[in-house]
Amino acid sequence: MDFSHDTMLALAKVWGLFYLFAFSIGVVIYTFWPRNRERFTRAETEIFDKDDIPWT
Amino acid sequence: MGQLTSGERQLGVVVLVVLAIIGIAMAAGGRFDPIGIHGVLVLVYSLALLYVLFSQAFGPEPDASRFASYYDDPIKVGIGLTLVWAVFGMFIGVWAAAQLAWPSLNFDMAWSSFGRIRPAHTTGVIFGFGGNALIATSFHVVQRTSRARLADQFSPWFVIFGYNLFCLIAVSGYFMGVTQSKEYAEAEWYADLLLVVVWVTYFFLYVRTLARRKEPHIYVANWYFMAFIIVVAILHIINNLAVPISLTHAKSYTIWAGVQDAMVQWWYGHNAVAFFLTAGFLGMLYYYLPIRAQRPIFSYRLSILSFWGITFFYMWAGSHHLHYTAMPLWVQNLGMTFSVMLLVPSWASAGNALLTLNGAWHRVRDDATLRFIMMAAFFYGLSTFEGSFLAIRPVNSLSHYTDWTVGHVHAGALGWVAMITFGAMYTLVPSLWKRQRMYSSALVEVHFWLALIGTLIYVFAMWNSGIIQGLMWRTYSPDDTLVYSFVDTLLAMYPYYMARAFGGLLFLIGAIVAAYNVWMTVRFVPGVVDATADKPLAADAHDDATPAPAE
Repeated sequence: MDFSHDTMLALAKVWGLFYLFAFSIGVVIYTFWPRNRERFTRAETEIFDKDDIPWT
Repeated sequence: MGQLTSGERQLGVVVLVVLAIIGIAMAAGGRFDPIGIHGVLVLVYSLALLYVLFSQAFGPEPDASRFASYYDDPIKVGIGLTLVWAVFGMFIGVWAAAQLAWPSLNFDMAWSSFGRIRPAHTTGVIFGFGGNALIATSFHVVQRTSRARLADQFSPWFVIFGYNLFCLIAVSGYFMGVTQSKEYAEAEWYADLLLVVVWVTYFFLYVRTLARRKEPHIYVANWYFMAFIIVVAILHIINNLAVPISLTHAKSYTIWAGVQDAMVQWWYGHNAVAFFLTAGFLGMLYYYLPIRAQRPIFSYRLSILSFWGITFFYMWAGSHHLHYTAMPLWVQNLGMTFSVMLLVPSWASAGNALLTLNGAWHRVRDDATLRFIMMAAFFYGLSTFEGSFLAIRPVNSLSHYTDWTVGHVHAGALGWVAMITFGAMYTLVPSLWKRQRMYSSALVEVHFWLALIGTLIYVFAMWNSGIIQGLMWRTYSPDDTLVYSFVDTLLAMYPYYMARAFGGLLFLIGAIVAAYNVWMTVRFVPGVVDATADKPLAADAHDDATPAPAE
């Protein structure tokens, strides 16, 4: 196969675009997946730790 | 380093002896070249660290109680180095700014010419100040949010001292004229190799610490720090692929040619801004802002969306540095489009930060540390808007090569990067050294106003100067000739250059005040009394108050 500038261009313009679309959809699904809600709420509040020592 | 086990000390000795031998080899082989001087520097550096290691080598083994606390010693050293580099880098910056207004300030010497001190300034502030701040705060944040101690005690020291050796070699090299001539990647091949080793160690230390986490979810600040570490490794390696003319010469030639070299360089350069100066500092923001404001982040989901937005958009934006060049037009358009789209995740982060503070404005008013963080988020929003705007090709035709770019960079560097760093420092220092408070809250206040006024003077001077410059360069007479010569534009710039040097000076004074305040906090502020612990106070603390037993 002739691996030219045009090949790269097509790769970038077509598959690069699809890849970014797929990726962004995946991120949105992850972010708004109902099961993750609890985990995110926990993460928001769990950083306020008073004792400042590692958990064992 | 008191907590190092004898095994870790031995490992340290081995590494330092190997480093000293490398230094001797560089000094001997490169004795007719600047690399020889760097060999001596490497030798002296490793001997100095060996001395420190040996002076404590025969102390008692640390006991197992160390595992019940976080490993903070390297963070403390990192903070000290951050402040030293801040003062050094900003001093060189003020000097460089003054040279532009009064060129004779180079004192007619080669080492102090603008072309050499300018990279010393950028490396000093970006890598010295910013890099040390990122390493120190990332060690702090990853431990606290993972509830786990750093994975081992040797590699944090290796990362900090190795990284600072890289900075030293880089900056001292510029004064001798050693440079790859790639902006923000000026350091030559041997310094670059050292940084690769250090950075890979940093990456594995971070991942191993995350793997030890007790908290199941990895907090979003760590995502940003991870992105910073991984992407900087990729960028650094690819942009610095070069062939030295020999192992005993500092000079090397890049493997990239022509327009590819330009593309790789600005893919690196812009992502250095994105992942060094943005992602890492956003990691800082997402931890120290909620901690200081005592409020959870406004929207955790928004922080996730903006994380992926930033990591995936920034990668493509670099070509906006090469508008109107030999780069294919579609690549320029790609960079321009992604730069404009970047505004969305950038403002999502800035808005998330400011909305977190909504409802706590009285704290912002009273607490200069929180005000640093708030102004940082504000300047982050401002400079990302400006960046998207400047990346649009017709705007770029006016702004490129002018002081507008310099103003944009400093709105980001002074207003965003430095302010979030100082906000994090003032939060971190008392808690790390277990002090009740900073030595002087008045000095924090003084620092805040010096930093803010300095930044505003700087940025407004450069906006004015840059736009005037751009307009003068494109003013044509009716006969289609240029109206202004280059020297005419320099004369028009003169007042702005003076103002810029003054604004920078204020910012430098602020950094010196911060260093003094941190020093005094560590030395003289009394430690925290654990008031919540349910145990009797020491007997001598309240002799008089003890009631006599009723016999």
